[in-house]
Amino acid sequence: MKFEHYGIGIAKGLTVTLRHLFRHPVTVQYPDQRLHTSRRIRGNELVWNEEKCTGCATCAQVCHIGAINIVTSPSRATNTYTVEKYEVDTGYCIMCGLCVEACPFKALYMGYDYERAKYRSGDLVQTKEMMMTTPEKHISGYFYPELATRLPMQTLLLEKVKEEE
Amino acid sequence: MIGFNYSLGLESYGRTLPPDWPGGFWWHWLVFTVIILAFVMTVLLGFVWFERRALGRMQARLGPNRVGPFGLLQPVADALKVLIKEDIVPSQADKIVHWLAPVVTLVPVLMIFAVVPFQDGALLVDLNIGLLYVVAVSAVPILGIFMAGWASNNKYTLIAAMRDVASVISYEIPVVLSLAGVVLIAGSLSLNQIVLTQNTPLILLQPLGFLIFFIGGLAEINRTPFDLLEADSELTAGFHTEYSGMKFALFYLAEYAEALALSALIATFFLSGWRGPFLPPWLWFLLKIVAMFFVIIWMRATLPRIRIDQLMALAWKFLFPLALLNIVVTAIEVLVWPEALPWGLIPVNIVVAGILVLFLSKKFTLGWGRIEV
Repeated sequence: MKFEHYGIGIAKGLTVTLRHLFRHPVTVQYPDQRLHTSRRIRGNELVWNEEKCTGCATCAQVCHIGAINIVTSPSRATNTYTVEKYEVDTGYCIMCGLCVEACPFKALYMGYDYERAKYRSGDLVQTKEMMMTTPEKHISGYFYPELATRLPMQTLLLEKVKEEE
Repeated sequence: MIGFNYSLGLESYGRTLPPDWPGGFWWHWLVFTVIILAFVMTVLLGFVWFERRALGRMQARLGPNRVGPFGLLQPVADALKVLIKEDIVPSQADKIVHWLAPVVTLVPVLMIFAVVPFQDGALLVDLNIGLLYVVAVSAVPILGIFMAGWASNNKYTLIAAMRDVASVISYEIPVVLSLAGVVLIAGSLSLNQIVLTQNTPLILLQPLGFLIFFIGGLAEINRTPFDLLEADSELTAGFHTEYSGMKFALFYLAEYAEALALSALIATFFLSGWRGPFLPPWLWFLLKIVAMFFVIIWMRATLPRIRIDQLMALAWKFLFPLALLNIVVTAIEVLVWPEALPWGLIPVNIVVAGILVLFLSKKFTLGWGRIEV
């Protein structure tokens, strides 16, 4: 006589739920606790290196959204372009990362930050000054694997975050 | 501790007053009404929190943990929120019935606790027909639910209420029959007397009765495997779709009060009530209630909702014959071995229960064959 179909399924289900009772919950209490995102995250901002940039506007050309607005002026003395205006409307940006991949001088990076919600869409426009590299601004490892090694490893569960602290 | 000399029989009939209670009947009434209300309301708030936390942990999440330590004040915050909400009554509703329904649902559930002993003799009134009273009073909330379903003038509420009436009336029969086994062994209908006679918890002597009472009780209080009347995907929110604000809160409270009453009754009938070693009796009683409520939550976290035809078939084709057989077996045992050692009967009863459950589940069919779980 097989006991497979006499309520064993209910007992099995009950043991599953009981085991989950003693499991660590997977919920993250977000503003208090944060997981490390992927090291190659395409965060919703761009980081720009002014020294490396030559003002070639490849990024603006490759952006199929048209979110990058770059205005340059040639200076005859140094035979270079001066970037007068460089704006990215991150409200339109779809974080595809094509501009970063297209930049021939490695002057443009995806940001590691993802908490850039604003109350007004106009505030989402990144100006030249907001995009410049600063020590506190993290650069994502997207398209630059050598930069990714500086970032912490991605965590999926809260237990791992606690272990590192 | 409130003492009470038990001499059940004709000479104690009509005596409603514990002889050594100071201050007489009305003080007894006042004190125990306040105790019952305070106990029920605090335990209910605790239960709401406990269920949400335990359910959360079983689903690998945390549950409410923001308000107060461990989220303990979450039910209070919910109550405040619900108190200041607007009370909307549908324009085509039957206003008086709509207003009365939550009260009719909640009050009888509170009335059950009048006969539940918290420790020896510590109860509002020791009715010598206590069990009959419990069965009668616990059937009244269905009237409130049907009133709510009817008065809301909404097809979903009406369908939900009719489902509830159907299920409760069906499950009332196996539940009452399973209690007959308890009465046969205890020899009394008074809840206090039933507890006093349980030298071994009756769950051991009446495993089948416990199973029937537990399943039937879950169906009567519409807890999860049987919560057809709140099937959100079919009936929006069931009978309280058109309720908001404090009236909804009363339904919500009644739902948890029913769960508390079921836990308390199971603890009284099958888990030897307030009796237990070392700890004070009221604490034992509370522990047993919480343990039973945990099992109810556990069921909710595990089992999916069943269909209406499965619900009715389970009551009439499975639990009803089981309850009848349980009475016969128990009656034979009580007749043949009236003074038998309970330890001898416990394995016999468990084996008999197992065989009967297996046999009837073999025979349990719906329209297209046997149900296999």
